[in-house]
Amino acid sequence: MGLGQILAKRVGYGLVLLIAVLILNFTLITVAPGDVADSIAGDMGGADATVMAEIRERYGLDKPFLLQLWAYVSKVAFLDLGYSYFYNTPVTTLILEKLPATLLLVFSSQILAITVGTLLGVMAARKPNGFVSMCVTFLSLFGFAAPVFWSGILLIIAFVSIFPIFPVGGMSSAIMEGGFFARAVDIAYHLFLPMVTLASIYLALYSRLTRASMLEVLGSDYVRTARAKGLAENKVFYKHALKNSLGPLVTVAGLQFSAVMSGAVVVEAVFNWPGLGTLALQSILARDTPTIMGILFFSSFVVIIVNIVTDIVLRLIDPRIRSS
Amino acid sequence: MSDTMQPAQPEPEIQSTSPLREMVSMFMRNYAAVAGLVLLIAIVLFVFVGPLIHRTDPFEMVWAPFTFPGQEGFLLGTDYLGRDILAAMMVGGQVSMAIGLAAALVSVIIGVTVGAFAGYYGGVIEELLMRFTEFFQVLPTLLFSMVIVALFGASLLTVTLAIGVVSWTAVARVTRSEFLRIRELEYVAAARSGSARDLYLIFKVILPNALPPIVVQANLMVGSAILFEAALSFLGLSDPNVMSWGQVIGSNRPYILDAGFAVAIPGFAIFLTVLAISLVGDGLNDALNPKLRQR
Repeated sequence: MGLGQILAKRVGYGLVLLIAVLILNFTLITVAPGDVADSIAGDMGGADATVMAEIRERYGLDKPFLLQLWAYVSKVAFLDLGYSYFYNTPVTTLILEKLPATLLLVFSSQILAITVGTLLGVMAARKPNGFVSMCVTFLSLFGFAAPVFWSGILLIIAFVSIFPIFPVGGMSSAIMEGGFFARAVDIAYHLFLPMVTLASIYLALYSRLTRASMLEVLGSDYVRTARAKGLAENKVFYKHALKNSLGPLVTVAGLQFSAVMSGAVVVEAVFNWPGLGTLALQSILARDTPTIMGILFFSSFVVIIVNIVTDIVLRLIDPRIRSS
Repeated sequence: MSDTMQPAQPEPEIQSTSPLREMVSMFMRNYAAVAGLVLLIAIVLFVFVGPLIHRTDPFEMVWAPFTFPGQEGFLLGTDYLGRDILAAMMVGGQVSMAIGLAAALVSVIIGVTVGAFAGYYGGVIEELLMRFTEFFQVLPTLLFSMVIVALFGASLLTVTLAIGVVSWTAVARVTRSEFLRIRELEYVAAARSGSARDLYLIFKVILPNALPPIVVQANLMVGSAILFEAALSFLGLSDPNVMSWGQVIGSNRPYILDAGFAVAIPGFAIFLTVLAISLVGDGLNDALNPKLRQR
């Protein structure tokens, strides 16, 4: 199969998954106690039966389930996720406003975790019983067991409360002057702590993974050949072994992505980062169902895209998968 | 006394060949796992026996808010309402552990069922079930459980179910791959030729032999369920009338800068518990899969 065909297949499957997410969304809203009419009536301070019926008719809540579902899915197909009663804005606009902040946090932390994690893993693999190796083992235990918000809070206590170097939260300073560059620096300054917090969990995972797969690759024949022909140890490590141990790393990074999105919700809450997670939390507290459902849909959408990209990258870096 | 006169002979150790005994001895040789087990027992004692000794109501206001740990006789200080944090750690730990166990049980039941049927039947059933599993992997778990809790209300039951429903996919994958392996083995073929029914084969013949990796996974599930509950409570999505470690963190969160300890202490408790559980899990993994140990 060519790359194009595989891509088409993956995209098609992704669309099926997205529709499944929508159906799940809609079923959950329908099954849950209370509906839009209830919450609108609640905001109005109560309404009698005829008004309630009127509201239900206006929002199409009196129609059969499948018809409502069809209306919902076909609306979403045109990127119309409904209207937020709480923010008085279309949900799609609301989400697109917040999405860049979340993507910035998620991708920067993943890049940090993958680079530093790989580096640590390689160093650990050079001396499997050495100091770095011990640190990696320790780090991976810590990374699994430490709650995300806890490490975030510890960082706040350390770098905001005790040594006030970093801002306590938010994405930019209140008063902002200067051009693009000054703003970018300001955002990076605010990004640092949340990024490190979110990266810490995955740093642990990736370093352990790299260590394990490097150790496995280092035992293989072609590494022995490379050494036998007198290649410098550095070259063997970084050119021959590392390149081949990246496969599992990419696979896991792709698989982990939905977990990363979940972690971002908590990190955003800790640092008041104005992204999707903060929006999700606010809309849950405000019982703003269309927004919550829109966020769940959009996050799944991002995860699906990342999974497709991972798949393609894997095929590009590993000829063995490409041919199969 | 005549024993001492006999020449030293290697004693035949017949008992040590029992698989359980072998497993226990292998576990005991793993110092990290034993340390984890000791830590876990200590935490369980603290949480369940502690309240019998330290009789303070965790909801009662006992002193000025934000008393620093160790001052005024409060070992772990007081929270933003002047409630004793030590008492909250004990009583809250019971809830955190109970939710962790119950949610892990839910996810194991779903995961084992899905994985077992997928691995046993193969073909279209496997394809469908694994697509179903993939679908759940696409949903960001925390967001999904936040939605469930938001829609159905924050009670112990919904929180437990919400955690269980989103975290079974790993169990399903492990179970499936074990079933795929075991269903080809001879004793399964033998049982099948004895005209055993499918359900009997799945739950009585294959499942018991597939258990070791599932047990390890289930153990890890308890840890991640505790973390999950803490994250939900931290976000304010837990039953406010029930004290749990996450609840203490969530309610003291606005005051991080004034009294970081009120948040750091329960976080540390969660950290220690999950650490102990994962150390025990690693030990179990090594003890149950002797092949892996030789790596």
